[in-house]
Amino acid sequence: MRALPRAGERAMSRGLLLDTTRCIGCGACTAACKEQNGLPLPIEEQTTAYTWTVVEQRQGVNVRRMCMHCLDPTCVSVCPVGAMRKTESGPVVYDAERCIGCRYCIMACPFGVPKYQWDRAVPVVGKCVMCASRVEAGKPTACAAVCPTGATLFGERDDLIREARARITAEPGRYVDHLYGLEEAGGTSVLVLSSVPFGQLGFRDDLPPAALPLLTWRALSRVPDVVLLGGTLLYGIHWLTRRRELVRRVEGGGPRAGRRMPRGGTEGAKP
Amino acid sequence: MSVVEIGRSRPWRIGFWPAAFGIVLAAFLGVTVMRFTRGLGAVTNLSDRFPWGLWIGFDILCGVGLAAGAFTLTAAVHLFHMKRFEPIVRPTLLTGFLGYLFVCIALMFDLGQPWRIWHAMVYWNERSVMFEVAWCVMLYTTVLALEFSSIVFERFGFERLRRVMKAVTTPLVIAGVLLSTLHQSSLGSLYLIVPEKLHPLWYSPLLPVLFYLSAIGAGLGMVIVESHLSGRAFGRELEMSLLEPLARVMVVVLAVFGVLRLDLLAHAGVLGTVFAPTYEARAFLAEFGLGVVLPVLLLSWPRIRRSPTGLVTGGLLAVLGFVMHRLNVSVTGLERASGTRYQPSWMEWTVSIGLVAIAFAVFAAAARYLPIFPARERGDEEESAEARDATPREAAS
Repeated sequence: MRALPRAGERAMSRGLLLDTTRCIGCGACTAACKEQNGLPLPIEEQTTAYTWTVVEQRQGVNVRRMCMHCLDPTCVSVCPVGAMRKTESGPVVYDAERCIGCRYCIMACPFGVPKYQWDRAVPVVGKCVMCASRVEAGKPTACAAVCPTGATLFGERDDLIREARARITAEPGRYVDHLYGLEEAGGTSVLVLSSVPFGQLGFRDDLPPAALPLLTWRALSRVPDVVLLGGTLLYGIHWLTRRRELVRRVEGGGPRAGRRMPRGGTEGAKP
Repeated sequence: MSVVEIGRSRPWRIGFWPAAFGIVLAAFLGVTVMRFTRGLGAVTNLSDRFPWGLWIGFDILCGVGLAAGAFTLTAAVHLFHMKRFEPIVRPTLLTGFLGYLFVCIALMFDLGQPWRIWHAMVYWNERSVMFEVAWCVMLYTTVLALEFSSIVFERFGFERLRRVMKAVTTPLVIAGVLLSTLHQSSLGSLYLIVPEKLHPLWYSPLLPVLFYLSAIGAGLGMVIVESHLSGRAFGRELEMSLLEPLARVMVVVLAVFGVLRLDLLAHAGVLGTVFAPTYEARAFLAEFGLGVVLPVLLLSWPRIRRSPTGLVTGGLLAVLGFVMHRLNVSVTGLERASGTRYQPSWMEWTVSIGLVAIAFAVFAAAARYLPIFPARERGDEEESAEARDATPREAAS
């Protein structure tokens, strides 16, 4: 049995630190994202298949919405054709050419990130891919490159965790003592700092610290057992009951015309 | 039964059922064109917040479940050698096969890019439940087609092919039971990954087991209901001596399902919330009361179980409860977390109803032209010589 790859093994993965206390809601990240990924205008209020990141106002806080790029992503595990993939360097990327459109990723994502092109006859999924080609080339994401206040910071995930902890320690009054994404759903490459509890900003605060794919893997890993044990058991039952039937036939006296049993048990059972 | 009447009514007079069927079919074709030219958004009420709706909840989840009679009965007859059930194996096999074809066609509507369905065979992701589901659909549809093929071979007198199929019956039936077991349970496993979204009245780590058990119960319920319908259409009586023991098995399966369901709710600590004045609790009570408690109570009573009306009512309730459970898992239980309400559009209903109508029509046609029902009412090679000599006309009618 193949073991599930453990989260956190890719120590050198890159990520983003979103500091909501520094965000001024200018929307430069959204515009840069549109341009970088060739997405059509207009810029929508919420994330869609055509707008992969937006800044929302919640409780007077500017909250950036984007893919969290989980360490052990639910979308990657649920996709039947492997169209979603977690790259070594951190981004969770999507191969539109493979996608069959089952939308399980949209249904299952704990952060509600993947979106669908509901208006198209040949639709694909849209979601932030953390500018994977730029990241491969050693450049920061487009959103991080244009952010004027440093509210979106690009770097090694480990470095970002250290930086976030340093900020919380330096200004405990400014932040709630929680780094969102450190442990949620097994940890994410995108980390978030906030001045108010995350639940109030529309972040799920009920996610288990274990990665969600474990839940389905527990069932899936039983498949070979079901086939082997079930197959043996079923054939065994067949063998036993057929033997009993043959014995009964021989003892009952008289060959009953080969293997065929009389049809229409109905008549026989009627009193 | 509708289409049977098409055949019987005079060609220049159109009865109610054929007319209804025609209207449904016309609407179905219209929506089909819309679906493939304008996309999912134009015909469905699906959205990013609610990406799976009626087509997954009813067509796929219920279609597969209601086909479960096929593996249950083929196992009973061919593996457990309960030969007395042989007369109802064929109609059940037909239901199963049509059920799976229904599911495959529904999948073509629901998938965003159905022409890429073959990707599941080429690009593998063995960590995905959907991958398991895809393979089970493909393989079990094949097994059902092979099992069903011997009926076609018999009809057209392909003796050699029929004997080949007969020789591989046992491995085929075992493969069918295993694939069904995996498929029925994996549909439940699909929802294991959304513990934070699916309401606790339906989420459970044992969802695969619940789906498996309820499919067996509903599959047996379908055998009863379908025997009743085809009995009415073909003017036969219900085979009470066969269906009554099936009903007893169904009662046991439903009871085990019901107790396990309550047990899991108790373990999750939400048993106390089932009488709470919430939307979910009402849906649960309707599902559990009508679909589990009521049929178990009714069919435990011998007088009801032995009357055709009582038996069919019980079977129908079990099927209804099963459909409600599937829809509650796939729709009701997910609404709160999604922050939106989902109501299928009339076009989604049209596709689902159209597919059911087509399945009924094909069933009726197959029952008419293939040796589906026991020899008693059609000229069958296996019928004894006396009967054939006596009244070949009547036997064939």
